[in-house]
Amino acid sequence: MMLEIKDLHASINDKEILKGINLTVNPGEIHALMGQNGAGKSTLSNVLVGNPAYEVTSGSITFNGKDLLAMKPEERAHEGLFLSFQQPVEIPGVSMVNFMRAAINARRQYLGQEPMSAGDFLKMMREKRKIVELDSKLANRSVNEGFSGGEKKRNEIFQMAMLEPTLSILDETDSGLDVDALRIVAEGFNKLRTPETSALVITHYQRLLDYLKPDIVHVLLNGRIVKTGGPELALEIENKGFDWIKAELEA
Amino acid sequence: MEEKNKFVKEVAEKKYEYGFTTDIQTEIIEKGLNEDVVRLISSKKEEPEWMLEFRLKAFRHWLTMKQPEWGHLKMPEIDYQGISYYADPTKGKKDGPKSLDEIDPELMKTFDKLGIPLEERLALSGTAVDAVMDSVSVKTTFKEKLSERGIIFCSISEAVREYPDLVKQYLGTVVPYRDNYFAALNSAVFSDGSFVYIPKGVRCPMELSTYFRINARNTGQFERTLIVCDDGGYVSYLEGCTAPMRDENQLHAAIVEIVVNENAEVKYSTVQNWYPGDAEGKGGVLNLVTKRGHLRGANSKLSWTQVETGSAITWKYPSCVLSGDNSQAEFYSVAVTNNYQQADTGTKMIHLGKNTKSTIISKGISAGKSQNSYRGLVRVAPGADGARNYSSCDSLLLGSTCGAHTFPYMDVHNDTAIVEHEATTSKISEEQLFYCNQRGIPTEEAVGLIVNGYAKDVINKLPMEFAVEAQKLLNVSLEGTVG
Repeated sequence: MMLEIKDLHASINDKEILKGINLTVNPGEIHALMGQNGAGKSTLSNVLVGNPAYEVTSGSITFNGKDLLAMKPEERAHEGLFLSFQQPVEIPGVSMVNFMRAAINARRQYLGQEPMSAGDFLKMMREKRKIVELDSKLANRSVNEGFSGGEKKRNEIFQMAMLEPTLSILDETDSGLDVDALRIVAEGFNKLRTPETSALVITHYQRLLDYLKPDIVHVLLNGRIVKTGGPELALEIENKGFDWIKAELEA
Repeated sequence: MEEKNKFVKEVAEKKYEYGFTTDIQTEIIEKGLNEDVVRLISSKKEEPEWMLEFRLKAFRHWLTMKQPEWGHLKMPEIDYQGISYYADPTKGKKDGPKSLDEIDPELMKTFDKLGIPLEERLALSGTAVDAVMDSVSVKTTFKEKLSERGIIFCSISEAVREYPDLVKQYLGTVVPYRDNYFAALNSAVFSDGSFVYIPKGVRCPMELSTYFRINARNTGQFERTLIVCDDGGYVSYLEGCTAPMRDENQLHAAIVEIVVNENAEVKYSTVQNWYPGDAEGKGGVLNLVTKRGHLRGANSKLSWTQVETGSAITWKYPSCVLSGDNSQAEFYSVAVTNNYQQADTGTKMIHLGKNTKSTIISKGISAGKSQNSYRGLVRVAPGADGARNYSSCDSLLLGSTCGAHTFPYMDVHNDTAIVEHEATTSKISEEQLFYCNQRGIPTEEAVGLIVNGYAKDVINKLPMEFAVEAQKLLNVSLEGTVG
């Protein structure tokens, strides 16, 4: 297995949000994580990538056999974990080229490889850009600065393409996207899939899942996974909402 | 125990790469300052009578002045009688060493270690260097090659002896000794620095550069540089500086004067990396400097570019007087303060001629417990029709215990002038750093990326080799400020 989360409890500002998460992801699988606002979806993604604002109070996470919680955020990235942020931050003055180059070379250093040559790097930028139809001006712009909502999300998937992670977390990547942008982002993501890469997709809507075709769907409620099923579960939620699951639990 | 402390101290101070001292026999005159000392300096330099008179007038005027206190600085008390005003590491050889064979190998080694080889065959391509240690110019490279085009590049001491008419014509005309307290002091006791003369219509084929090094203990360094660029000439000049790590403050009070005649252009770049003091604020150079350029001729151009990372205290306002019609002046500055460093720096743009134009781009970066101030004046005289100024002053704060301040002054006496001022203050956010971390970029490197991105408008103005150096310097200066 690639990712194994056991009885994970986590809090922010001393408020417990995750109350015992258990989840296993195997190579090649796409898991969808659904649930109402405040259920803990974003908290789970932040804890996975090591955001220091969140505190893990108990439980364990193993990633490719290694203790993920013992790693720094950048080490988790080097090990193949990627988060497509819900609200990507702007970094004025830092060009996308310099940013990506620093990221790629930090990874290569971690893996004991030489830095990538400028030529190879620019060639890679050009190729990967096409996957999400991002125009060449992007490379000279500062990270996310002045990008539209759709451009920011496409830029996230572009970075994913550059970094070639084994496990990607898409945190509401579909929010704020129009139909065309959603298609570009989702199709871009699908082009990057391999039998070895997995994903955890957080969303409220079926329309992203129509493209990504998850293998397994989980429902998160009040900090716990309360229901797990196949792709049909997402369709049921799209039609009926979450109340019937709550009712089921109370029964 | 002592050994252990020494080790800890070494590790703590590792970040300042140039903190070593050179063990060399140095002739140092007795501490203290009076007319006899001024006469002694003048005689050591074998100066003509007029030069001594200049010094004495300045000294007598200095005695009537008070040290300025308007800077946003906590200045330690300077004991002007407690320092020596002249230190000669070439052991006072007459005329200095004649050839490289005569230069003490220790001196050669020192400059090698600083990355400033004094042998021309090893020199950075296209850069001529005047190397100054303490009070004396050790060596000026490529002098002969430059003189073929009529360019004079030598130490100011040599210029006083060899080109007295030129020096007499220009020295003190841009920064008179009455200008301010430190200018008066410098005019009385100035030791060495560079003299540059670019004749009419000559483009200087290489970068000229002066490297200043303080070595001796308890001495002050009083650099004096004079650059004259005649009609239609062009020169790009670079200045670098370092000093050993010492527990006591070291005084560096300099004057740089630049004269730019008709259609001439001068670019002056500084990477200031004096010892900043330790993490507790002990020691460091007091960098009290008056730099000014006079754009005398029509269509003349002058730009100051400075990257200020060193010194315990920086008090420095490279300024421009725009007399010539259509003259253009620029000031680009990055000032970094960390730990207990204090900087009060900026510029003055004095518009006198018609259609004169000035640009001010200032980027302050503060970290630790430091204080960083921009202080600038834009003055437009009544006759300066069509004058334009654009100023942009940005501050970047790292952490919450440092301070950034902006003191822009405007004094406009002409209705046709357009003066614009923009200012921003920003902070590196946790979100930005985490975003970088998630992509695999460690925090220190992320800070470096963001800071270099912030400063790049200024860094890009530096000549290539300096730009690379400056970038590295920014990263080193801010190591350990976040996380």
